Amino acid sequence: MPELDVQPFTDGAVLNREYIRAAFRSMLRARLLENKLSSLYKAGKIVGGVYLGRGQEAVSACVGAALVQGKDVFAPLIRDQAGRDAFGEPMIDCTRTYLGSVMGPMKGRDGNIHRGRPSMGMPAMISHLGAQVPLVAGMLFAKRLKGELAGVVGATCIGDGATSTGAFHEGVNLAAMEKLPMVVVVANNGFAYSTPNDRQFACRDLVERARGYGIAGHAVDGTDLLACASVIGNAVQRAREGHGPQMVVAQLLRLSGHGEHDDGSYVPDTMKAGHYGRDCIEVAMRQLVEHGFATVDELFAWQEETAEEVQRSVAQAQQEPTPDPYSDDWRAYSTRLS
Amino acid sequence: MSVTYIDAIREAQLKLLREDSRVFLYGQDIATFGGAFKATKGLAQEFPNRVFDAPISEDAMLGLAVGAAIEGMRPIIEMQFADFSSIAFNQIVNQAATHYYRTGVPVPLTVRLPSGGTPGSGPFHSQSMESIYAHYPGLIVVTPATVSDAYHMLLDSVALEDPVIYCEHKFLYRWLKAKSINGDYLPIGQARIVRPGKHATVVTYSAMVHEAVRAAERLQADGWEIEVVDLRSVKPLDMDTVLASVARTGRLLAVGEAFPWGGVTAEVVARTVSEGFHLLDAPPQRLNSRDTPVPYHPKLWAAHRPTPESIGEALRRLLSF
Ligand SMILES: Cc1ncc(C[n+]2csc(CCOP(=O)(O)OP(=O)(O)O)c2C)c(N)n1
Repeated sequence: MPELDVQPFTDGAVLNREYIRAAFRSMLRARLLENKLSSLYKAGKIVGGVYLGRGQEAVSACVGAALVQGKDVFAPLIRDQAGRDAFGEPMIDCTRTYLGSVMGPMKGRDGNIHRGRPSMGMPAMISHLGAQVPLVAGMLFAKRLKGELAGVVGATCIGDGATSTGAFHEGVNLAAMEKLPMVVVVANNGFAYSTPNDRQFACRDLVERARGYGIAGHAVDGTDLLACASVIGNAVQRAREGHGPQMVVAQLLRLSGHGEHDDGSYVPDTMKAGHYGRDCIEVAMRQLVEHGFATVDELFAWQEETAEEVQRSVAQAQQEPTPDPYSDDWRAYSTRLS
Repeated sequence: MSVTYIDAIREAQLKLLREDSRVFLYGQDIATFGGAFKATKGLAQEFPNRVFDAPISEDAMLGLAVGAAIEGMRPIIEMQFADFSSIAFNQIVNQAATHYYRTGVPVPLTVRLPSGGTPGSGPFHSQSMESIYAHYPGLIVVTPATVSDAYHMLLDSVALEDPVIYCEHKFLYRWLKAKSINGDYLPIGQARIVRPGKHATVVTYSAMVHEAVRAAERLQADGWEIEVVDLRSVKPLDMDTVLASVARTGRLLAVGEAFPWGGVTAEVVARTVSEGFHLLDAPPQRLNSRDTPVPYHPKLWAAHRPTPESIGEALRRLLSF
């Protein structure tokens, strides 16, 4: 959707209709795809683990949909199926990687969420949390050196726990010092794996940290699509216009375990029943209809289309060859040295 | 006129900045100040938009380099001391080293590690990290021992598509001089026979090449002809040259300044034994630093690393077998 590139996401209080619709469709695609991945996992059909973004789709999709593939940088993390989709990652990249097809972007050499297409502006995350923050800074830094930074944004998502890493602090501080157009979106789902916020940090709210880094900080209700679209869309726009790094802290709850091997039983029922326990997709559907961004019929049609797309994508990846240890070149070097 | 080892490193960076617009330098105190060792002296003045001071954030510095390399740049990162690269370890071994294998996109970057001991530098400004990085698939690790190699191997490192750990020895910075920068040229991956001999082979690299040559000169007085092989790069490891030398001498001593547990010398011995057992007339030997942190006091430091004396003794034992 390159036309979004020059358009503000909000015009005063009015949200850009196409941006909202695009973000919602990515939320839906992510949710239905991940539901399928979860059942495939339980049926033993997945190679390795499955990590879902259930409950975090609104935040993630609003980041991806605010960016322009081929121009901007998006470094997704664990719970960003929706953002990947909105940024333009083909669904088949996901199913191929999870189902072990050799035709996926990582060719079976890496799996699940550890996938990317660096040349389309979407680096492949490594497990080590925080590490992508300085990497995005480096991509932006290089674009500046090449004279290609004007109007570009680099965004990355991260969890509350990962904000405790040295790489996160070093990376945000470096980006602030270099005044890079970087957006760091923290999804604070209250837990890092099983560890609650009060065993992770002592500040009242993570958004307070932005001040210490000398960057702009924004807080948002991560279960509210329209709020996310406005806050995240504007943070991206601020970065694009040259106002330096932006940190968004979204409050929400993850509606599944850390991975599908985990039932998340450490999350108290009171939290699940509270405000942030609500499902951002249900909230979004109501909002779309109430604000006239979509009709009920459209919502049904999108669900049907998406369910079919998921089936096709899974079926295709399942038919494809898996990596062959005998024909793999087993090369870790691009250079051919003796 | 003479050129020092550190002059060569500076000259190589100057040439790279002049000739390759993809190259930029990033490191602590390297811009106006010219670097802790002055390896970038004056470069920021000539290239103010290509030489940058970095915050004290080794992890982020390397993360930035990987990102920039993905974008087609050729960053050269100066670690103030090799020892501090432990903070960047994750970005080097997990991000940079795995990138090509995982994604098919190479990350051409060079990390300059001021390595090895100097008197009075102590446990945290003296380390030799080449063995650690050589352990990881995806990294190239070079250890120049001469002025000409310091120059040419830095140019070659930046030209490679893969991440290169360039270990420059601090002891050689000002002590090692040559008439000119242009000595013999060999590509990365080829070892050099520094001194021909026929009774035993010393395989070594970096500053230890010079200590080994001194030991060999002393043994010559007793009629022993010691061959000294400079590996130049520890990864790739040129076993062809090592085995050809052992085939001539029948005896091997591998010498390194790094800690004794595992590492480059162990690798050389292991491969020689498994690939060239039939060439050996005596059990191959290794000599490394002592198995303690690198000591501070010059008297302790001098006895911690291999010296011409200890190399000489090891050779005599090997020759008497
Ligand atoms: C540096 C590092 N340490 C430990 C881990 C193992 N680990 C994977 S996810 C996770 C929890 C992450 O928590 P958070 O950042 O809050 O994200 P969430 O899982 O809540 O989405 C941990 C500890 C890791 N991946 N990286």
